Amino acid sequence: MTFDDPTPLIGLEIHVALATDSKMFCPCETEFVREPNTQVCPVCLGLPGALPVLNRRAVELGVLCALALDAEVYPEMQFERKNYHYPDLPKGYQISQLAAPMAENGIMSFTDDDGGEKEARIRRVHLEEDAGKSIHLPGEGTLLDFNRCGVALAEVVTEPDLHSPADVRCFLEQLRELLRHTGASEVRMEEGELRCDVNVNLVHNGEGTPGRTEISEVKNLSSFRGVERALQYEVERHRQALRRGDPLTHETRHWDEEREVTFSARSKEESHDYRYFPDPDLHPVRIPRAMIDDLQERMGELPRARRRRLSREYDLSSYDADVLVGGGLADFFEEVVAEGSNAKAAANWVMGELSAHLNAEDIGIDELPVQPGQLAQLLDMVDSGEISGKIAKEVWGAVVQQGCDPRAIVEERGLSQISDDAQLESLAREVVEEHEDVVRDYRSGKEKALGFLVGQIMQKTQGKANPQMANEKLREIISREGCE
Amino acid sequence: MMTCDLSRLTLMQMRELIDAGEVSREELVRAALSAVAEGDEVLGAFLEVDEEGALAAARAADNTGGQTGGVLDGIPYAAKANICSRRMTTNCASYMLADYRSPFDAKVVASTGSAGGILLGKTNMDEFAMGSSTENSAFHKTRNPWDLDRVPGGSSGGSAAAVAANYVPAALGSDTGGSIRQPASFCGVVGMKPTYGSVSRYGLIAFASSLDQIGPVTRTVHDCAAVLDALVMRDKRDSTSTSHPDSGRFSESVAASGEDLQGWRIGLPREYLGDGIDPRIREVVRGAADGFTGLGAEVRECSLPHTDYALPAYYIIASAEASSNLARFDGVRYGMRTEGESVLDLYLNSRGEGFGPEVKRRVMLGTFALSAGYYDAYYLKAARTRGMIVRELEQAFSDFDLLLTPTTPMPAFGIGERVEDPLAMYMADICTIPANMAGIPAISIPGGRVDGLPVGIQLMAPRFADERLLRAAAVYERVTGDRGANPSCPGDVPTEGVCDR
Repeated sequence: MTFDDPTPLIGLEIHVALATDSKMFCPCETEFVREPNTQVCPVCLGLPGALPVLNRRAVELGVLCALALDAEVYPEMQFERKNYHYPDLPKGYQISQLAAPMAENGIMSFTDDDGGEKEARIRRVHLEEDAGKSIHLPGEGTLLDFNRCGVALAEVVTEPDLHSPADVRCFLEQLRELLRHTGASEVRMEEGELRCDVNVNLVHNGEGTPGRTEISEVKNLSSFRGVERALQYEVERHRQALRRGDPLTHETRHWDEEREVTFSARSKEESHDYRYFPDPDLHPVRIPRAMIDDLQERMGELPRARRRRLSREYDLSSYDADVLVGGGLADFFEEVVAEGSNAKAAANWVMGELSAHLNAEDIGIDELPVQPGQLAQLLDMVDSGEISGKIAKEVWGAVVQQGCDPRAIVEERGLSQISDDAQLESLAREVVEEHEDVVRDYRSGKEKALGFLVGQIMQKTQGKANPQMANEKLREIISREGCE
Repeated sequence: MMTCDLSRLTLMQMRELIDAGEVSREELVRAALSAVAEGDEVLGAFLEVDEEGALAAARAADNTGGQTGGVLDGIPYAAKANICSRRMTTNCASYMLADYRSPFDAKVVASTGSAGGILLGKTNMDEFAMGSSTENSAFHKTRNPWDLDRVPGGSSGGSAAAVAANYVPAALGSDTGGSIRQPASFCGVVGMKPTYGSVSRYGLIAFASSLDQIGPVTRTVHDCAAVLDALVMRDKRDSTSTSHPDSGRFSESVAASGEDLQGWRIGLPREYLGDGIDPRIREVVRGAADGFTGLGAEVRECSLPHTDYALPAYYIIASAEASSNLARFDGVRYGMRTEGESVLDLYLNSRGEGFGPEVKRRVMLGTFALSAGYYDAYYLKAARTRGMIVRELEQAFSDFDLLLTPTTPMPAFGIGERVEDPLAMYMADICTIPANMAGIPAISIPGGRVDGLPVGIQLMAPRFADERLLRAAAVYERVTGDRGANPSCPGDVPTEGVCDR
C-alpha cells in the first residue's frame, strides 16, 4: 500500500422504507400517490397536541430486517428525538433511535463481480420516521409534500468494510434482494424506498508512514448507479488529493446526477447538534423473545444460504444457483426437481425456456400458467427419449399458451418420437436404397454423408424419429450391406 | 331567581337541579354567560367565550333530554387555552398561535362532551403553560378574584379564577409543575393533578410531555371527582395513557367517604415546612395536620431529603422537553409567520416575534441542557435525580397513605411583584413539582387564610391512588376545611344558602 495504491474504506447508512400499510406513528396510508398532501393527519403533520402511537407492524418488519442481517435484536429499545429544523420536518424533530437501537452487530455476506465471497459488518439497525419532501421550484420557492412524512424506515449502518464502488453496488443489490425476500421492504427504488448516505476515505502507506484521508460523506443517493458513480468520483478525488498532497476536509457532499460530480455542502449543514433525548411521548418498547423467534421462523431460508444449498444439493454451478435464486425461480425449480426431474435439466429449462417466456411476456413466475409438475412431465418425456429436445420446445410453447399437460399435447399432435426398432429399420432401409450414391460417399470416408441420410429419415417422420437411434440404424445397415 | 345566583352552584348542585328538572341547561349556560359578562372584563379569566356554541349545545341537550347518565350533563365548563377544541381558538396565550384553530378536539374535550359537559370558553394562562402567575399571557393579565391586585397563580390562572369567581363550577387545567394546584391554592379552590397517564394528553399542546397532566379545577372535592369520572380513561391515541383501576368510580367513592379518617397514616415531610415557606403558611399546614388528627388519622413528621433537588432537576427536564416540543412552531405551516430572506430568517423572525421572553428563556435553557457536551451533566443528571425522587416517594408511601404539605410557599403575590425575578417565580412551584416528577396524584384544597387570602394544602398519594386522595380530601373538606369560602368580588356576597330552593 503506497500513495499510488491506497485502499478505500467505505461505510454506508441505508434508509429503507418498511412495507407497512400505514405510517409509523399514525394510521395514514403509505401507498405512493402523486397528489401531494393527501395522506396526512394531525399526527404526521405534527399539529399541536397530536401524539404518536407506534405501528406494531413497523417493529415486526424492522426486526425481520435485522434478523436478515444476522444482527442481535435487543429485548428493549427506546425512541429518541433527533432535533433539527427543516421545513419538511413538521415537528422540528425526527423520531429516531440512538442510545438504545433495535439491533446491533450484524453481518452481511455478498458476492462481488468476480464471484468472490465478501462480508460487511452491520453496526446497527434502527427504526425512524421519514421526513416530508421539499420540492424546490427555481425562482418560485419551495413546495412541501407530507405524504411521505412519518413513513416507517429502517436505517442500516455498516462498518467501513467495503473497499470499492463496485463492491458497494454488489452489496446494495444483494441487500435489496434480501429485504424483498424477507418482505421487510419492497425496495421500490423509483419511489425512493432505498436511500443511501456513503462515507468514504482512503488508507495508505505512503512513504512508509500509514495514514488516511479525511472522511467525506455523500448524502441522499437514491440509485445504485448514483452510489457507484459518486463513490468512483470520490475515490478518485481522494486519490488525486493524496498524490498532490492537497489537504482534504471532513465534509458532507452532494452528488450532482447530471454533471456526475460531488460538490461540498455548505459547512453550516455539518455543524448539527441533534440534541437527541428519549422521546417522552413513547415509552421504551419491549420486543418479546417469542416475537423474534416467530419472525425468524417465518423468514425461512435466506437467499444466500439457499444459493449455497442449491449448488451443493443439486450440483449446480454457483452461477446457476445465483440466477435461480436471484431471479426468483428457485421455488419453481425445486418443485420441478421434487416431481422427479433431473436437476441439471430442470435448471437449464427454468433458466432458459421458462425465463425467456417470462421476459417475453413481461410476467412474474406467479403468473405463469404452468405447474412445476407439468414441466417435470415434459422433461421426463425428453429424458425417456419419448420426444426430442426440439419437440419439447414446441410442446412447451403450447403448454404456456394453453396451460394443459405436455403429454396431452404430445398425444394430440402425435409428436411422440419414433423409437421403434423395426419402424426405424425399415425407414433406414428405404433411405439407403433411395440414395445409393450418398451411401457410397459415406463408405468412401465422407462421414458427413451420414448426416444427410439421417436428415432424410427425419424428413420422412416430420422430425419425430429418434435421431440417435436413426443414426445407429443407418450405420448398422450400411455396414451390414457392405459385408454381404 | 337571579341568573347570577345559578352560576354560584356547585357542579353537584347543578346536577341535582337538572336531574330534577328544576333548571334547564340553557338557564345554567345563560347564568354562566351573564356572570362572565358581568365580571370578566375586570377579572380577565377568559381568552374567548363561545356564547353561541354553548347556548346551542345547551338548547339541543334540553330538547333531547341530554346525555342520560352523563356526569356532566348540562354543566358549563371552561378549558385552558392549551387544550385543543374545534370551536374557538387554541392559542396557548401566545402570539405564535393567536389565531390557531385546531382541526380536532382534545380527548378531554371529546370525553367531557360525551359526558354532557358544555364548553363555555377558553381560559387565560401563562404562555405555553410556562409561568406561575398567568402574567406571561401574551394577551392580558388575569386578576385574583380575592384581591384584584394579586395574581391568580399559574399557569392555569384563568381556569382557577373562572371557578373561584363562580363563572363555571369546573374548568380544565394542565399541570406540569403545579400549574393546576398552585393557582387553585391562590384562588381558594380545589385543583387536582391526577396520576400521570390516567388522563389522555391527546390534544393538550405539550409543554413537557413526561410531566404534563390535565386535571380539574372545581370548588368542591366532590365536583373534582365528578369531572375525573369523565376524564379518566385509557386513550389509544396517547401512548403514555394507561387504564385506571378506579375509572368512573371517583364521584361515587367520594359520596361514600364518611366522616372520619380513622386508621389513615399521613406523613408530614419536614422539607416542605422549611425556611423557604412563609411561616403563616406553615401554620395553616400544621393546623390542617391537627384537623386530620382530629378526624382520627395518625399524622407523623417524616423526611424526604431529596426534595431540594426536585426544582433544579425539574427546570432542566421540563425545559429540555419544551425546547423540543416547541420546535414545531416555526412559521412554516401554521401560526405566526414573519417572512425573511431565507428559511433561517423565517424561523428567527417568526419565533422571535411569536414567543414571549419566558418561553424563549426556557427554550434556550432546554436547548443548552441537551447540547453536545452538556447532556450528561445536565439532562442525564436531572433524569437520574428524578429517579431518586421517585424512589424516595415510593419509600415514603410504604409508611404513609398520604403526604400532607403546603401547596405553595406563599399566598397569592401582587401583580408585577415577581416578573423581574424568574427564580423567585420558579420558587412558587417548589411544593408541587415533586408530584409531577414522580407521576403521582396530588390535590390542593383550601386549607385556611393568610391575611384574608386563601391558602391551599396539598395531599399526595401513590400512583393510581387518586381515589384515596379524593376520599381523604372530601372528608377533610366536609368536616374541617375552609369551605364556603368565597372571594368578595364579583357578586360580593358569601354563597352558602344563596341558591336554596
